[in-house]
Amino acid sequence: MTTAVTSVMPKIAPPPPEPAPAEPNYLNINYSLWSWLTTVDHKRIGILYLVSITVFFLAGGIAAGIVRLNLLAPDGAIVSEDAYNRAFTAHGVLMLFFFLIPAVPAVLGNFLIPMMIGAKDLAFPKLNLASWYVFLVGAMFGVWAILAGGIDTGWTLYPPYSSRSSTSNVVPGVFGVFISGFSSIMTGLNIMVTVHKMRAPGMTWGRLPLFVWSLYATSLIQLLGTPVIAITTVLLMVERVAGIGIFDPLIGGDPVLFQHLFWFYSHPAVYIMILPGMGVVSEVLTCFSRKNIFGYHAVAWSSMGIAVVGFMLWAHHMFVAGISFYSALLFSFLSMLVAVPSAIKVFNWTGTLYKGSITFQAPMLFALGFVVLFVIGGLTGLFLATLGTDIHLHDTYFVVAHFHFVMVGGMVLGYMAGLHFWWPKMTGRMYSDWWSRVAAAIIIVGFFLTFVPQFVMGYHGMPRRYPNYPQEFHVYNVMSTAGASILGLGYLLPVFYLTLSLFFGKKATGNPWSATGLEWQSPSPPPLFNFDEAHMPVVVCGPYEYALGIDQMGRGLPEGPGLGSANDPSDKHGESAAPGPMNKETHVVG
Amino acid sequence: MSASTHSPVLKHHFGDLNQQHASERLGMWMFLATEVLFFGGLFGAYACYRLWYAAEFEFASSFMNVKFASINTVFLVTSSLTMTLAIRCAKIGDKAGLYRNLLLTFALGSAFMVLKGFEYAEDFHEGILPGASSFGVTDLKHNIKTDAEHAGLDTGKVRLFLCFYYIMTGIHGVHIIIGLGCILWLVQQTYANQIPPENYSTVEVVSLYWHLVDAIWLFLMPMLYLAGAHIPHAH
Repeated sequence: MTTAVTSVMPKIAPPPPEPAPAEPNYLNINYSLWSWLTTVDHKRIGILYLVSITVFFLAGGIAAGIVRLNLLAPDGAIVSEDAYNRAFTAHGVLMLFFFLIPAVPAVLGNFLIPMMIGAKDLAFPKLNLASWYVFLVGAMFGVWAILAGGIDTGWTLYPPYSSRSSTSNVVPGVFGVFISGFSSIMTGLNIMVTVHKMRAPGMTWGRLPLFVWSLYATSLIQLLGTPVIAITTVLLMVERVAGIGIFDPLIGGDPVLFQHLFWFYSHPAVYIMILPGMGVVSEVLTCFSRKNIFGYHAVAWSSMGIAVVGFMLWAHHMFVAGISFYSALLFSFLSMLVAVPSAIKVFNWTGTLYKGSITFQAPMLFALGFVVLFVIGGLTGLFLATLGTDIHLHDTYFVVAHFHFVMVGGMVLGYMAGLHFWWPKMTGRMYSDWWSRVAAAIIIVGFFLTFVPQFVMGYHGMPRRYPNYPQEFHVYNVMSTAGASILGLGYLLPVFYLTLSLFFGKKATGNPWSATGLEWQSPSPPPLFNFDEAHMPVVVCGPYEYALGIDQMGRGLPEGPGLGSANDPSDKHGESAAPGPMNKETHVVG
Repeated sequence: MSASTHSPVLKHHFGDLNQQHASERLGMWMFLATEVLFFGGLFGAYACYRLWYAAEFEFASSFMNVKFASINTVFLVTSSLTMTLAIRCAKIGDKAGLYRNLLLTFALGSAFMVLKGFEYAEDFHEGILPGASSFGVTDLKHNIKTDAEHAGLDTGKVRLFLCFYYIMTGIHGVHIIIGLGCILWLVQQTYANQIPPENYSTVEVVSLYWHLVDAIWLFLMPMLYLAGAHIPHAH
């Protein structure tokens, strides 16, 4: 079967060294469980994270299912009001702290950053493994809190309710958040140091793939934001355990101070979640439109712009919490300002697509879904940044819909795009092309049906977190729940076909999508130290030379995407993507 | 590839020792940035209340034991000196000096914690505690509660200051204990010959952390102990 590889590859250029199939790689080098639990290989740690966060994604999804099912009836269909509170809190805590924050940085970032910059590993491999164990310990506390009866405060944990009134398991849950924060810091620190110090010869800052830029910006937020939530959760736990603390209004403490400290992390945290997704989209869009990225420097610097401005607008969550009019004005302005770098990205992505030779494999479908949904989510964010409209929309389903458009429509689709794009690299197997496209379509359709009605009911005044609602909102809630069922089905599909691909999938070549990054210049799956140690990569050009048809080491690309499976050279989509130089006006970077 | 890769302390994924050391240093500096933000949250909260409740904070601060804090400051600043001398010893391969300075640093840090323990005991004895049931409970006739009431101050806000006092010094103490653990680890590494002169940066990286913990104390000390004039109290 491997003969197909050799018959296709050498047409264009001297092929990258393709080892024989039996070549040792990071997966087959040792199969024991112990070797996985003690590994310091960034690729294996990425896989460990992948398995862990998938579990939490499904658990958080079940909690979301309970919430949506309960909203089928105006007075609660399946659970008590109290259980409803615990369900939406579990959904928020699990999805945010144990899925979205580690999703791309800890899975794809861990796996890909060293490969993309031509390094053998992250700078601190043991710290990397420690971060996974710390994550698990934190997650265990979170799971304990939920299994022991749950938390009923909402994921925002506002005192004085969380510190005085709530009788639920606030302390273990908050402690879990506190601990898992350290794993986030460890991952961020590792990635930042690696990008600074471990780049291959020739890999200048201006030649870094945009995924690396976006994760660098993400890591900056993780480093500087996470410690603030750490101290905030410590203060909250002290207050709850000791019965006295600095947010206690009885002794002159101010609960709004908690909100400031909480959002000082938790607003930048949404950029921890979305920025990596943007990095994935930058990679996927260029590859599947066979064009250099439009405006490399603008996209790279807009990531840093989002990271910096993102730290200065937290109080827009508190416009109705009694903050001063003048600070509200300032935070409103800064919230609108952060839309600028986000828009820069979207316009540049659109410019990249323009006149590209686009093919629609699953990663591209997810990435295009990201762009559309992120634009809607981003623009509705401006409604909420505006002081007047925010008073009307605050704490309604409009906010819920906005947030989910960005986080689910944006980030989860970005994560799915990345997972599908790099799955052949990570596992050495191709998944089902047809099923993956179907899943992408189902997810996008289900998503629209779930969250568009929420915009409408939110605008008409349905508050978030209420288990009961007037009859007029019934139809929207039914639509939303129906959409959530479709969405849930869409998420289950990849679990099946990706798992099946491990056993039955066709073997992937080193570079199935004909992409330019260094990570593709290594076999799939990569060897233990990522590259042939006698020939560590030397970078000679920018990351997206699709116009010239060369990779970052200056070698020609194999046939275009669609020839992903080595066994299927007749794939009809390969033909639309002519390899080699193309007569397109593109800007050469680097 | 080159001969330098044969250094026993060079880790496989680095090209050479320079790269390894630069990464370790940068990693620690970034961690320090994290620490600064961690304490920054506390300092920011303190700053708010200090401005709002100036009279109560100054009053409560005057009950803090400046003598203990001053001696502790001397301990910590001196320990920073010995830590830096340890780097020097590691760099020139003076193993005996490295042991001596590391153990001196350890001793000074431990002395800080012991003295801190005595201070807590004294505070406890004098009822300088934030809890509703323990605040001002003591055999002493004049105590922080009665004095505050005499001065017409809001005892709640005095207790708020005490919350800060215990949380800040407590978290700082945890950092000291972690630092002491790292110093012991350095002693073990020295014993295991893992710190040859070309790998002195391991000591340097720990020293960065230790200096930061010192530096935080230099902020805590005036914030907590010197917020108000120390008028003599009855005790």
